Amino acid sequence: MNLNELITGKSGDKQFLLGNEAAVRGVIEAGISVAATYPGTPSSEIGNVLSMLAKDANIYFEFSTNEKVAMEVAATAAASGLRSFTFMKHVGLNVASDSFMTTAYSGVKGGMVILTADDPSIFSSQNEQDSRHYGHLASLPVLEPSSCQEVKDMVKYAFELSEQFELPVIVRTTTRVSHMRGIVEFGEISDNSSEDETHWKKGNFKKDPSQYVPVPANALRMHVDLVEKMENAEKISNKSEFNREITFTENKKYGLIASGSAFNYAKDVVDVKGLDINILKLGFSNPTPSRLIADFLEGLDEVFVVEEVDPIMEKEVLAIVAQNKLDVVVHGKLDDTFPKYHEYTPDVVLDGFNKVLDCCTKEEYELSSSLQELVDAIPNRAPVLCSGCPHRSMYYGVNKAMEELNIPASDVVFASDIGCYTLGINPPYYAADYLLSMGSSVGDGCGFSIATNQKVVSFIGDSTFFHSGVSPLINAIHNKANFVLTVLDNRITAMTGGQPNPGIPIDAMGDKAPEISIRKLALACGCSFVRVINPLNLEQVINTYKEALEYDGVAVIISKSPCTLIKGYAKKPPVEYVESNCNNCLKCTNELACPAISLNNGKIILDQSMCVGCNVCVQVCKYGALNAGMR
Amino acid sequence: MAGKNSYNMCICGVGGQGIIKTSVIIGEAAMNQGFNVVLSEIHGMSQREGSVSTELRIGDFEGSILPDHSADMLLSFEPIEIVRALNKANKDTKLVFNTHPIIPSSGDKPYPNTNNLISILEENYNHVLPIDGNQLAIDAGNIVSLNMVLLGAVTADDNFPISKESVIDAMKNNLKPQFHELNVKAIESGYQWIKG
Repeated sequence: MNLNELITGKSGDKQFLLGNEAAVRGVIEAGISVAATYPGTPSSEIGNVLSMLAKDANIYFEFSTNEKVAMEVAATAAASGLRSFTFMKHVGLNVASDSFMTTAYSGVKGGMVILTADDPSIFSSQNEQDSRHYGHLASLPVLEPSSCQEVKDMVKYAFELSEQFELPVIVRTTTRVSHMRGIVEFGEISDNSSEDETHWKKGNFKKDPSQYVPVPANALRMHVDLVEKMENAEKISNKSEFNREITFTENKKYGLIASGSAFNYAKDVVDVKGLDINILKLGFSNPTPSRLIADFLEGLDEVFVVEEVDPIMEKEVLAIVAQNKLDVVVHGKLDDTFPKYHEYTPDVVLDGFNKVLDCCTKEEYELSSSLQELVDAIPNRAPVLCSGCPHRSMYYGVNKAMEELNIPASDVVFASDIGCYTLGINPPYYAADYLLSMGSSVGDGCGFSIATNQKVVSFIGDSTFFHSGVSPLINAIHNKANFVLTVLDNRITAMTGGQPNPGIPIDAMGDKAPEISIRKLALACGCSFVRVINPLNLEQVINTYKEALEYDGVAVIISKSPCTLIKGYAKKPPVEYVESNCNNCLKCTNELACPAISLNNGKIILDQSMCVGCNVCVQVCKYGALNAGMR
Repeated sequence: MAGKNSYNMCICGVGGQGIIKTSVIIGEAAMNQGFNVVLSEIHGMSQREGSVSTELRIGDFEGSILPDHSADMLLSFEPIEIVRALNKANKDTKLVFNTHPIIPSSGDKPYPNTNNLISILEENYNHVLPIDGNQLAIDAGNIVSLNMVLLGAVTADDNFPISKESVIDAMKNNLKPQFHELNVKAIESGYQWIKG
C-alpha cells in the first residue's frame, strides 16, 4: 500500500498494516500534534513512517537524542494542552524512566501516550524485560494490544483515557504485535489543523507550580492524587470493551486469562483443538480489573494465565483468588505450566495445557537419518557486517595494531555498544567483550581503566554517542581515565533502518538542521587526542590505533565514512579477483571476512554483485589477487 | 493443527531478497479476496544478510506464528534456508524453493551439495518443487524479479487460496509502476514453470 493512505484513508477503509503502521494511523485518528522518539527495534517503523507523514498530518515529529529527551518533549507538549506521543523499545523506557516516573505525578492536560515495544525472545535487543512492570512502578494505566486492529484502536483510545484521568497512558506491544501485519479497519480522524505559522498547532502552558514542580510539599500530595486516580481508573478497566470474555463452552471447569500475543496463541489452540475452556482477554490490564477477574473466576476449578514475559497478571490473579477466598487453582509461570522466559508460540501454549489437561496428542515428526544429517549439516547464517561496511576495517585495523605492538588479545578489553558494531563480537574480530546498554562503552572504559591494568578499546556509533556517550566522556576526562574511544561515525542511525541523528544536517521531518560535530564535542569535553580518520584507508587506521594504544589518557578516534545502506551511497566499481595471483593465504576470508568474499571447496569466490568497491580487501591482499575495479 | 478453512505458509531466505515484500503482497491479495490474514515479520538485526523468514496464516486465526509441522507450504528463496524451516513442515507440505545458493560468509560448516539436498528432500517429502528462480528471473528480464518468479510459482499450487490475478493486483499496489511489466512477466514465468 501507499503509506499516504494512513492520512487519506477514510473511516471504514481496510488496509493490511504492520502493527507499527497501525500505531501511526491511531495517532493520526487521535489528532496528535507532537511526537518524539529515539529509534529502537521493534518500535522503529513508527518513527520511519511518521518521519514521512508528519508534515502532512499536522504533527511535529523529532528523533530526539535519546528516549529521556523524547519523554520530556512529549510531557511538556501534553502539559501545554496538546496531544503528544512518545514511543520506544523496552530498554528505551529505562533511559526515559527518570522523567517518566515523575510524569505520573505531574500529569497532563492534553492526552499523552507512551508506546513501549518489548522484545520477548530477544530478536534485536540485549534483554527481554517486561515493560508492564513500569505500569505498576509508576502507577499508570497499561493497554496491551494483541492484533494490529487493536494497536490502532487502543492507541486512539489511550488519548481519551489519558485526558479523562490527566495521566500518561502506556501502550505495551511486543515484537510479534509491532511486527505483525493484519487487516485494520480505519476510524474517523480528529481535526488537529494548525492556525499557527507552524504546520502543527501550538498549545499554551498555564503556570501551576503546585502541579508541575514536584518539590516535596507538592509531591507528597501528588502521590495521594495519583493513587486516587488509579483507583478510579480501575472502575473503567473493569468495564472496558478491551477486556472481554470469549465463550467456547458451557462447562465452567477451566478458564484462561491472557493478554498480548500470548492471547493469540492461546485462543487459536483452544479454538482449533476444541478445548472446553473459556477465555478472558485482558487488553486494559493495569489497573488490574479485579472485579471482572473475580467474576470470571467464580465457579471455575482451574484457571490458566497466559502472558509474555513475567508472571504479572498471574500474581494479580492469585491475589484476587485470595482476597475473594475463591477455590481456584492458578496455572501459569509460577507452577511451571508455562515458561518464565522467551516468547510463546502455539506449541508452547499447547505443551502447557497438556501438562495439566493431557488433552491433545501432538503428532511427532521423526526425521529420517538422512534428513537429520542434512539438517545438522546446514551452515549458520548469522547476521554480519554488510560488504563495504566501514566498521570492518576498524576491527581489522585494531587487531593489526595490537599485533604490531605485540599486545596480546587478553591484554585488551573491547567495550562494545548498541548498534550494528555489536556484530564485532563475531570471529574473526572478537571485538566485543563487555556490553550493557546505550553509551555504556564509554563508562565501561572508565571502569576497566581504573579496575585493571589492561588496555581498553571502546566502540560506539555516532547516534549512540549523541544518545549517551557525551556525559561519560566528560567523566572519563575529569577522572583521568585511560582508554581508546572509537566513534564509528557512519553518518546515520544504521541498525534501526537509517534514521538521521544530530551529526547530519537534516532533521526527522526532512528539513535542514544544524550539524553537531563529534570532533568539537570531544575537544570541548577536554580530550587532547582526537583524530578523525577515513576507515577505508587501512594504513591510517592501523597507525592511528598504534598511536592511540600507546597514548596515556583518553584517545578519541572518529572513524568517518557513510553506511553503505544510506540511500544514494556512492558505490565504486567492484573489486576484480585475479585467481592466478592468489596464493590462497586466505587473509581476505579469515581476517577481513567481507561477505562478498567467500571460500567454497578451498577456492576464493568474489561476489561482484555484493561488492560496493570499498577496496579494503585490496589493501589486505599482498599478492595482487584482489584489485580495485576500473570504471 | 490442520482443519478450518485455512492456509499456512512460511516464507524464508536471506536478508535483502525481498522476502517481506513478497509476503506483504500475498497477505494483501488474501485480504482483497475477503480472507482474514495475519503475517509475522522479523525486522532489525537479522536483516544484515542473515536468515529471514515470515509466517503467514490465512483463515480465522489470531496469531501469526505457525504451530510446528502445520505449514501448507514452505517457500524458500535459497536452498539451505528451506532446510532451516523444516520444523514447520509435514510430509504433505509443499516445499517450493529456489535452487541458487547464497553461501554464508559467516558459515561455520561447508555449504552442502544442492543436488544431494534436493534428493534427500524428495525422499522425505511428497511435494518437493525446486526452481531455478535466478535463471527464470534473468530470462524474464532482470534478476531483481526473483521474488516475483517465486510468487508466480506459489500461485500455481492448486490448493493456494489466492488467484494469480489478485497477486498481480497486490503487486501493482506495492511496487513502482516502472517495474509492473517486468514483474508480471516474472510472475507468469514462475506460474507457467510449475503448471508446465
